[in-house]
Amino acid sequence: MSDPDSRYLLRSRTPAEKLVDISFRYIAIAMASVVAIVLFSILLVVFLGSLDSMARYGWQFLVTSDWNPVDDQYGAGAAIYGTLITSLLALIIAVPMGVGAAIFITENIIPRQIRNVIGLMVELLAAIPSVVLGVWAIFVMEPFIRPGLELLYELFYWFPLFSTPPMGPGTIPAVLILVVMILPIITAISRDCLNQVPTELRQAAYGVGTTRWGAIINVILPAAISGIIGGVMLALGRAMGETMAVTMIIGNSNNFNVSLLAPGNTIAAMLANQFGEADGSQVSSLMYAAFVLIVLTLCVNIFARWIVKRLSLKY
Amino acid sequence: MTQTLTQNQFESAPDLSYKPFHARNIRSRALTFLVAFFAFIAVIPLILVLGYILVQGSSKISLALLTQLPPPPGLEEGGIGNAIIGTLVVTAVAALIAVPVGVGGGVFLAEYSRSGWFAQFIRFGTNVLAGVPSIIAGVFIYGTIVTSRILFGSAYSAVAGGMALAVLMLPTVIKTTDEGLKLVPEDLRRAALGVGASRFVTVLRITLPAALTPIATGVVLGIARAAGETAPLIFTALFSQFWSDVLTPDGIFNSIATLSVLIYNFAIEPYEFHNELAWAASFVLVVLILALNLFSRWLAGVAAK
Amino acid sequence: MTTLTASQTSENQNAVSALSLQNVTISYGNSEAVKNVYCEIPRGKVTALIGPSGCGKSTVLRSLNRMNDLIDGCSLKGSILFGGIDLYGAKIDPVEVRRRIGMVFQQPNPFPKSIYENIAFGARINGYSGDFDELVERSLRQAAVWDECKDKLNESGYSLSGGQQQRLCIARTIAIQPEIILMDEPCSALDPISTLKIEETMHELKKSFTIVIVTHNMQQAVRVSDMTAFFNAEAVEGGTGKVGYLVEFNDTEKIFNAPQQQATLDYVSGRFG
Repeated sequence: MSDPDSRYLLRSRTPAEKLVDISFRYIAIAMASVVAIVLFSILLVVFLGSLDSMARYGWQFLVTSDWNPVDDQYGAGAAIYGTLITSLLALIIAVPMGVGAAIFITENIIPRQIRNVIGLMVELLAAIPSVVLGVWAIFVMEPFIRPGLELLYELFYWFPLFSTPPMGPGTIPAVLILVVMILPIITAISRDCLNQVPTELRQAAYGVGTTRWGAIINVILPAAISGIIGGVMLALGRAMGETMAVTMIIGNSNNFNVSLLAPGNTIAAMLANQFGEADGSQVSSLMYAAFVLIVLTLCVNIFARWIVKRLSLKY
Repeated sequence: MTQTLTQNQFESAPDLSYKPFHARNIRSRALTFLVAFFAFIAVIPLILVLGYILVQGSSKISLALLTQLPPPPGLEEGGIGNAIIGTLVVTAVAALIAVPVGVGGGVFLAEYSRSGWFAQFIRFGTNVLAGVPSIIAGVFIYGTIVTSRILFGSAYSAVAGGMALAVLMLPTVIKTTDEGLKLVPEDLRRAALGVGASRFVTVLRITLPAALTPIATGVVLGIARAAGETAPLIFTALFSQFWSDVLTPDGIFNSIATLSVLIYNFAIEPYEFHNELAWAASFVLVVLILALNLFSRWLAGVAAK
Repeated sequence: MTTLTASQTSENQNAVSALSLQNVTISYGNSEAVKNVYCEIPRGKVTALIGPSGCGKSTVLRSLNRMNDLIDGCSLKGSILFGGIDLYGAKIDPVEVRRRIGMVFQQPNPFPKSIYENIAFGARINGYSGDFDELVERSLRQAAVWDECKDKLNESGYSLSGGQQQRLCIARTIAIQPEIILMDEPCSALDPISTLKIEETMHELKKSFTIVIVTHNMQQAVRVSDMTAFFNAEAVEGGTGKVGYLVEFNDTEKIFNAPQQQATLDYVSGRFG
C-alpha cells in the first residue's frame, strides 16, 4: 500500500488552524458574556445614577407623590401606583378574554382555516408598534369611548374611582390600550400551552363521556395551567414596562388622583416624557424611578419562569 | 333503576339523540358563544387599527411625502423622507451589532456548553434581558453613551439609537440561534467531527448552515420588532428635521429622525398637518413591519418543507 | 505487509497491532461504564466487538478516536496506543486523531450537501492536494455505491436510500484515507439487502484498512470479522448500574466454535443476552 498520507497535507493541523479553532471558542464565549455584561451594566448604571436620590429621599420616594422639578422635590408614588394599577386592571380584563380566545382557536370549535386566520391576526396584532397603537388610541379609541366614560361619571361620580369628569387622556384609556397590547401575548402563549396538552388526555376525557366543556374545564385547562400562568406573568411584566402607547394616552399628570377617569402617570411614561430634558437631581430621581421599574419587572419575570418550572413538574 | 335499564334494553333502543335543552348542553353552548365572543374581541383591534391606518395613512401617501423633509410647525407642506431613511439606518446599526453578538452567543450555548453553569447563567440572563422594558434600554444607553460622549464626542446619534435597539434585539437573536442549533441532529455534528473537522469548521460549514432558516426567521422577527420601537430612541437617537448624510461619520454620529419618534412627536402636536404626517408614517411603518413578519413566516414555511 | 495467521502469539500481534488498549477504564461521571480492558487490535483485519447491550462495546469503540470527548463527564483511565503513541496523552489533538481514525455511525448521517460535496468535505479539511473528481469516484467505487451515484453527484445526499446513504458515509470516511475505520453498528438501521451490500463492501475494504466494528448481530460478526472481542456486563458491588468488561478476545472462529470462557459459550450459543 502506497503511503496515502503524502497527499493529505493537513493530516497534522497547522498552528494557524488550531489558533482559529481556539479563538473561535473564546470569541463565542465573549459574545455570550455580552449578555451578562449588558445586564449588569444596566443594573449598575441605573443604580449608581439613582444613589443621589436614594440618599436624599430614601423609602419616602416610593410613597410620596410630590414631583416638582421647580422646588427640586421628588416622589414617585403616583407613577408607581399608576404602573401597578394600569397593568393589574389590564391583566384582569385581558386574562379571561385571552384564555377564552385561545380555547376558541384550539378546541376544534370552528374549522381549521378560520382558526389559523384568527391565530395569524392575533400574532400580527402583537407586531404592531406600540407608538402606532398610541396614535390610534389618541385619535380613534379615546373619542369613541368618551361618551361611555361620561356616562360612567354621571352614574358613579360618588364612587372615588370615578369621581372626576373624563377629560380625554386618563387612566382608563391607558388600561384599554394595554389590554389591546397584552391580549395577543396571553392568547398566543395560552394557545401554545393548550396545543401541548397530550391528545391522549383529551381522548381519555371524551372517552368517559364528558361534554366538550367538561373536558376543557376539568382536564385540559388544569393540564395547561402552569404555562398559561407563566404567560400571564410575562404579559404583566410587559404591561408594567410598556411605554409609548401609555405615555400618549394617560395624560402624564404628576399629581396623584385616585379617580381612574383622571389623567395619571406610570414610571415608563414619566421616563419617556422627562428624561430627555432633565438635569441634576431630576435625572437622579428618574433613575431611581427606573430602578424601581427594573426591580418590579425583574421580580415578575423571574417569578413567571419559576412558576412555569415549578408547576410543569406536576403534569 | 336496574329495572328501567333492563326494560330499556328489551323494549326500546336507548335514546341517544341530542337534547338541545338539556342543562349541560345549554351551558356548553353558552360557554362556546362566550369564547367565540372573546376571540372576536381579540381580533377586532387589529381590524380597527389596520383599517384606520390604511384609510388615514394610505390616502396621504405620495411621492412628495416619501421624499420630502418634515415641515416646521404650522406649515403644511413636507414629508417623512428623512425618517424613513433614519429608521432603516438605526435598525441596520442595531442588526449589525446584535446579529453577530447574538449568533456568537447562541453558538456558545448550543455548540460549546449545553449544560455548564456558565451556559445556564447566560440562558437565565438572556431571559431576564428579554423582560427588561424597552425604555430602560434607552435610559441605559443615555447614561453610558450619550452623556459620556464616548462616541467621538457625539451625544445623541444614530449609532447610540442603534445600540439601544441592539440591547432589545440581542436576547431574541441568542434564543433563536440557540434553539435553531439544538434542532440540528447530533448525528450531523458527529459526522463532521468524525472526518476530522474541528469545532470551528463543524459550526461554520455544517451546523450553522443547517440551522440557517430558523435563525434567519428569528432575526427577521427581531429586526421587525426593533424597527417599531420608540421608547429607546427618544433620548438616544433623538430626532432631526433635516436629512442625515448616513454614508458619512457625520451623519451617523448625529441625531437622526426615525419613523417611530416622528409618529410620537407629531401625534401629540396641535397641528393637523403634523397629525396627518403621523398617520402616514404609521402606515409606512406598519407596512414595513407586517411585511417583515410575513416574510419571516414564509421563511419558517420554507424550513418546514 | 505480513499476513497474520491464527496461531501467532500475542507478541507477534503486538508488533503489528493497529491499536493497543492498556488497562482502559471508561467512566461517565462517577460510574464506570467499562473497566480494565486490555486488547490488541490487529492491523489490516476486521475486529468485531460483540456482547449484550450495556456491556460498553460502543463506549470502547468511541474511545478509539476520542468521540467520547463530546460527551459531558466522560473520562478515560489507562492508555490507548496508536503506533506507540498514547491517544489520550496530554499533547494529543483529538481532531488529528479523528483524521487518522475515521468513523461510520449507527444512523446514516450524510451532510445536507451534494453527494460530491459529502465526499470532498472531509478531504478538503484534511488538505487533500490531489484531483477531487478522481477522489470522489474512487471513494464511491470502493464503497460500492458509485453506480447508484454517478449520475447525480450534484444532488443532495438525502436523495439516496438508507443503505446507499450508509455507503456514502463509508465512502466519505474512505476519502480521508484513515488508517483505521471504526463502525458503530453500521447496519442496525438498514434492511437485510442493504446490510449484505455493506458487508460485501467491508470485505473489499479490509484489503486497505483496519476495521473495528461493533455489532449486536452475531451472524454478522461471523460473516465479516477475523477477530472478535466479547464484552459482558456485571452488576457492581454495592452500586446500582452495571459495569462492562472484556471477557475474551480471539479469532472469530475460536470465539464462536471453541470459546475458552463459559460466559462466551453461553452468549454465542444464545443462552442469554
